[in-house]
Amino acid sequence: MFRVSPAPHIKSNLSSRKIMYLVMLALLPAGIAGVYIYGLCSLKVIFISMASCVLWELLFLKFRHKDPRIVLDGSALLTGLLLAYNLPPEVPFWIPVVGAWASIILGKQLFGGLGHNIFNPALVGRVFLQISWPVYMTTWKNPRWALDSVSTATPLAKEGARSFSYIDLFLGNHGGCIGEVCILALLIGVLFLIFTNVISFHTPLSFFGTVMVLAWIFGGKGIFQGDPIFHLLAGGLILGAFFMATDYVTSPLTRRGKIIFGIGCGLLTILIRLKGGYPEGVSYAILFMNAMVPMIDRYTKTRKYGLVKKGR
Amino acid sequence: MNFIHPPEFKESTRHKKIETAPLPGRAILPLSQHAGAPSEPVVRVGDAVKTGSLIAQAKGFISSNLHSSISGKVVACEVFTHPIIGRFRAIAVESDGQDTRAFPDSHRIASDIGSKEIIDIIKEAGIVGLGGAAFPTHVKLSPPSGKRIGTLIINGAECEPFLSCDHRLMLEKPKEIISGIHLIAKVLDVREVLIGVEENKLDAMEALGSALFRLKASLDFAPLVALGTSRDRQGLKIKIIKLKTRYPQGGEKQLIKTLLKKEVPSGGLPMDVGCVVDNVQTVFAVYEAVYFGKPLYERVVTVSGSFLKNPKNLKVRIGTPIKNLLEFCGLDTKRDIYDIIMGGPMTGVSQYDLDAPVIKGTSGILVLDPRFENDEENDCIRCSRCIEACPAGLMPCMIGLGTKNNRFDIAGLYHPLDCIECGACAYVCPSRIPLVQYIKLAKMKLKKK
Repeated sequence: MFRVSPAPHIKSNLSSRKIMYLVMLALLPAGIAGVYIYGLCSLKVIFISMASCVLWELLFLKFRHKDPRIVLDGSALLTGLLLAYNLPPEVPFWIPVVGAWASIILGKQLFGGLGHNIFNPALVGRVFLQISWPVYMTTWKNPRWALDSVSTATPLAKEGARSFSYIDLFLGNHGGCIGEVCILALLIGVLFLIFTNVISFHTPLSFFGTVMVLAWIFGGKGIFQGDPIFHLLAGGLILGAFFMATDYVTSPLTRRGKIIFGIGCGLLTILIRLKGGYPEGVSYAILFMNAMVPMIDRYTKTRKYGLVKKGR
Repeated sequence: MNFIHPPEFKESTRHKKIETAPLPGRAILPLSQHAGAPSEPVVRVGDAVKTGSLIAQAKGFISSNLHSSISGKVVACEVFTHPIIGRFRAIAVESDGQDTRAFPDSHRIASDIGSKEIIDIIKEAGIVGLGGAAFPTHVKLSPPSGKRIGTLIINGAECEPFLSCDHRLMLEKPKEIISGIHLIAKVLDVREVLIGVEENKLDAMEALGSALFRLKASLDFAPLVALGTSRDRQGLKIKIIKLKTRYPQGGEKQLIKTLLKKEVPSGGLPMDVGCVVDNVQTVFAVYEAVYFGKPLYERVVTVSGSFLKNPKNLKVRIGTPIKNLLEFCGLDTKRDIYDIIMGGPMTGVSQYDLDAPVIKGTSGILVLDPRFENDEENDCIRCSRCIEACPAGLMPCMIGLGTKNNRFDIAGLYHPLDCIECGACAYVCPSRIPLVQYIKLAKMKLKKK
């Protein structure tokens, strides 16, 4: 007639799956902006990426004799979406397929699936593609309305170029990856995620705070001559700081840890952007810091109640 | 300190006056209803007992007396269903329907009773903490010499969802509670009393405040200094403090931190920071015991949840089978019930047998429908919600991870012994990991070592 269950007997209605779908919902405006700016080719990339992530995960689960319903947890779809947002809009169709393989199999399932991966799966996919097919991964497309529609470089690649106004950068009126260009659309999603308490602001704030301060100090010709706003708006910083660095599985547990993690990401990003061989460093920075998470966790435990000095 | 905000679910009973539940035909009185050693029976099968007769005696320092809750005949002393620990020895009393009392039930003049005498009365009456932990009150009120108690805290927070029994008691018996507070304050010789009430019970705060005012006026005490604050001739200052509605605000250590801004040392007791915490129902029981000589054989219980035609706050005799109460509140047993719980939904215990009796620590009986059914457990996604929720400042997910992998050495690094088992972590966990159970297991393993 009735069952016996352990306490607590009531649970909050926020489940892991719901969190995944909330994040996807928050990413929707950026996707719409990407499709609007670069045309239907971006939609094709998004679709192929998401579908192949799900298929690769299904294949792997079948191969490992696991319950195929695990694929419904939404994490594969989210990884596919984030991977697509990190790709240029006009890549050949097999690029997202291979990227999805790297994300899901190499990045996630080989470690034991959701919750066990060390590195952010979508970034593993992106970096895999970046190293293997650098030409495809750096062939950018101008917005639909631009006169020369083919291959232009991103704002970050044009060394010190000021050909883009802040408003162009903010609205995404330039070449770049599908999901990272329109800051406005991303910020709508960010507000939604912070309002629904899905992400905390500790990692993103310390991340782009560090980037902006360091860009201001070292980004220009002399010291304190840099342009922090440009470094904030150009490239994948907003997408990376709010949607990739905040990935629960691959970021530290405590608030202090999250702040340290964000500062580390910021340091590495600016180091790569200003001194490294690549124009953009957000994804490498986050991946490097992912590897540091177990150590950060070890040294940033919470302070428990009742840890008071004896004798008063 | 971290808190969570679960839905309150108190609307269905918070406006319902306390009713008296019908006398049970048979009362089952487990010998272990309190923290400490079980009591020792002093009656035999066949003995006649009255309401309030001593039937089992405290055995050892931390233990408690047990009294019959109805008049009639002792019919058994054997193992029965126990609502918390499964099965335990209990004394069963068959009612004669008379409810004759074993105590005089006349008003005693309490003003000239000494504090030693009050403690003896409390001990004789078998009073234990009625907030849930059921720690013998006379032990709490006799701190070892050298421990100076400066503050008495009265816990009227009632932070568990669904429950409204303390709320109703404060609303309906404020004068008695204030009198009880004076008795306990006298025993502890404290100068300051803080009554903590969550702000979803403003009416109860008002009732207590006006009772305080009237009592002082009638006893010719010094005039009111501020609302709800005054000093009487002995220098006793009683303050009613509005607390935020959040869980687990009523946890002893959390309440102390909120009111005194002090933390009880890890592994220590409230007396280590110079205070004693008592629940409002305990205070009421002390009042009844001292003024009327009435032992603890009944308490107020909230019966609430789904499928009940009339959820109620009931004055229930200890030992009443929960089936009687559920039927009295109109439970539709044909429906698909998910869970029947004794206590609150966050820390209560699921019942497997409706013959289980109400015991001294029972604050509520709840019927939950399948809407509250648990989802399947998934792997931890390290979202850190449990860390943000833990009022003890622990990292529940790490203890859970260690326990799950049989690595109690790792689990032990994250202080499972400081867990108060409030259930906030498991409430917020999106992966539905039964963190409280993992932590309890870790505690057991670590204590065994």
